[in-house]
Amino acid sequence: MSEETDLRIEHVSKSFGAVLAVDDADLAIRRGEFFSLLGPSGCGKTTLLRIIAGFEYPTSGEIRFEGLRITDEPPNRRPSNMVFQSYAIFPHLNVFDNIAYGLRKDRLTRAELGRRVDEALAMIKLDGFGTRRADELSGGQRQRVALARALVRRPKVLLLDEPLGALDRRLREAMQIELRALQKSVGITFVFVTHDQEEALSMSDRIAVMSSGRILQVAAPRTLYEEPNCREVADFIGQMNFFNGRLIGQDGAVGVIDLGPMGKVHIATELGPDVLVALRPEKIVLSSSGVKGTVTAAAYLGERSHYNVAVPGLAEPVSVASQNAEKIITRGHAVGDTVYLSWPPDALVALPKD
Amino acid sequence: MRKRTNGVGLFSYAVFYLAFLYVPVLFLPLFSFNRSVFIAFPLTGFTTQWYRDMSADSAMLHALGNSLEVGTVTAIFSTMLGLLAAKALTRYRVPGGGALLAITSLPLFIPDIVLGISLLILLNALSIPLSLLTVIAGHSLICVPFAITVLMSRFEGFDKSLEEASLDLGENGWMTFWRVTFPLALPGIISSLLLTFIVSFDEFLIAYFLAGNEATLPIYIWGQLRFPYKLPAVLALGALILVASTILVVLAEWTRSRGLGDRKHMMVGA
Repeated sequence: MSEETDLRIEHVSKSFGAVLAVDDADLAIRRGEFFSLLGPSGCGKTTLLRIIAGFEYPTSGEIRFEGLRITDEPPNRRPSNMVFQSYAIFPHLNVFDNIAYGLRKDRLTRAELGRRVDEALAMIKLDGFGTRRADELSGGQRQRVALARALVRRPKVLLLDEPLGALDRRLREAMQIELRALQKSVGITFVFVTHDQEEALSMSDRIAVMSSGRILQVAAPRTLYEEPNCREVADFIGQMNFFNGRLIGQDGAVGVIDLGPMGKVHIATELGPDVLVALRPEKIVLSSSGVKGTVTAAAYLGERSHYNVAVPGLAEPVSVASQNAEKIITRGHAVGDTVYLSWPPDALVALPKD
Repeated sequence: MRKRTNGVGLFSYAVFYLAFLYVPVLFLPLFSFNRSVFIAFPLTGFTTQWYRDMSADSAMLHALGNSLEVGTVTAIFSTMLGLLAAKALTRYRVPGGGALLAITSLPLFIPDIVLGISLLILLNALSIPLSLLTVIAGHSLICVPFAITVLMSRFEGFDKSLEEASLDLGENGWMTFWRVTFPLALPGIISSLLLTFIVSFDEFLIAYFLAGNEATLPIYIWGQLRFPYKLPAVLALGALILVASTILVVLAEWTRSRGLGDRKHMMVGA
């Protein structure tokens, strides 16, 4: 992937009446990148995608592609094509004519047109489906046709609005892998909207987490998971324990933070004096030494077990996830057991107190 | 098999209702083949005389021609207006859209006689001569709300993102209309054309006020009722119109339900 910036969203805001749907979004999406907009429904991610596609015009801000301002260009003059959430397969046309729809202006010969569409059908593994009617396709097949219809135009950017949301779980997981492989092979920029954090983590090069119209953090999946920059991001991606802490000393870049019942810890941070300290449930180890607590709930989930551990002095129980690497038919912890919590020092993340 | 008596009651009600609705209408073709000039039982014998009279009655045929002309132009004009309004009201954020819809539907609730008189006063005040054109204008006024209603339900039935997909795939608004909107709205357009045609074709009051020296068919028939010997020919024409409008209604209903069928398919698998 080149580091060159392809698509620039510069301080874009969009309001519908009194509602601010997108609030000062600022993004630089690189060429060939698989970029996801992740957030709960109503966070503005679809509105932002529609602004990039040209279906909505921003109230303020600019959209630039390869340095050129495209803010006011209509959708038919943008370098992008879109895969709609509903797929928007034309019901009055068959699969061939759906895929060929966007090629009319290219004035191809009949043979050339047939070749392009056949190539597209082969790419989505639907060879021979050209004469099928739209209503004869399954959900997964419609999704592929929508993909082929957009890609056959050889766009520079492909926009995808929750394209896997309507598929069942198994098909969705298969399509995630296929979509990612397709993106690598065609090498174009994908901007992918989803509310599914696992989907975003597994597919994306980078993710922008959105909430209430604002972009909270833009980072690679690993960074987002391991080093969230605020409580909302930490909470939205995976599970997280939060502890209130107080900075009581500073040793260069490392702060000494008092977590009360959880003890005193060292974290590289410049925040303070009041901080929020986050710790993932799966980073906590149940061992023979550490912070003492009592198991108040235990759930066996197959590949892992989940425990709630009450620590005296903490209002909320600590959530612990432990991998069941060995058979634990007899082992494991039951409700009422006394356990000791410990964690690797770099597992702690300091966040601003909200 | 619960409440059987109730079922019998409902059944006889339905039979009575249908008889009340259709038996008088069936008298029309029946008497159109009856030899007597007088519309009364017993029937006196079979004849096609009245159909020959009818086809020889040039004034009646002229009135029929007028009605067809007014109906056709009204249907096309009000369906076009209805198409634009329905697209605007379902596709764009129209400020005060609800109020606009209510205002355009208003002619449905104003008695035709009031509408007819008001239009006559207006046309006189503007010194516009009465003609078939003024009838077309009056009929369009009452037909546009029908067209809007039929077409809006059609537009609401298909996904807005289909039109967006067309724009996204490189077509402009005009080509999007012809390649996506029009074919998908077509069942609605046809059923709107048929409905508005029928409304115009049998409208009497507004036409009566606005036709001037011309006569549409209902006006002509109204005039003929004074001459008993002319009535059988009117019955003959009535019988033919009955057949024609039955065919039209069946056609309209068929295209509409076919349209609904499409809609069902559009929802599947989304």
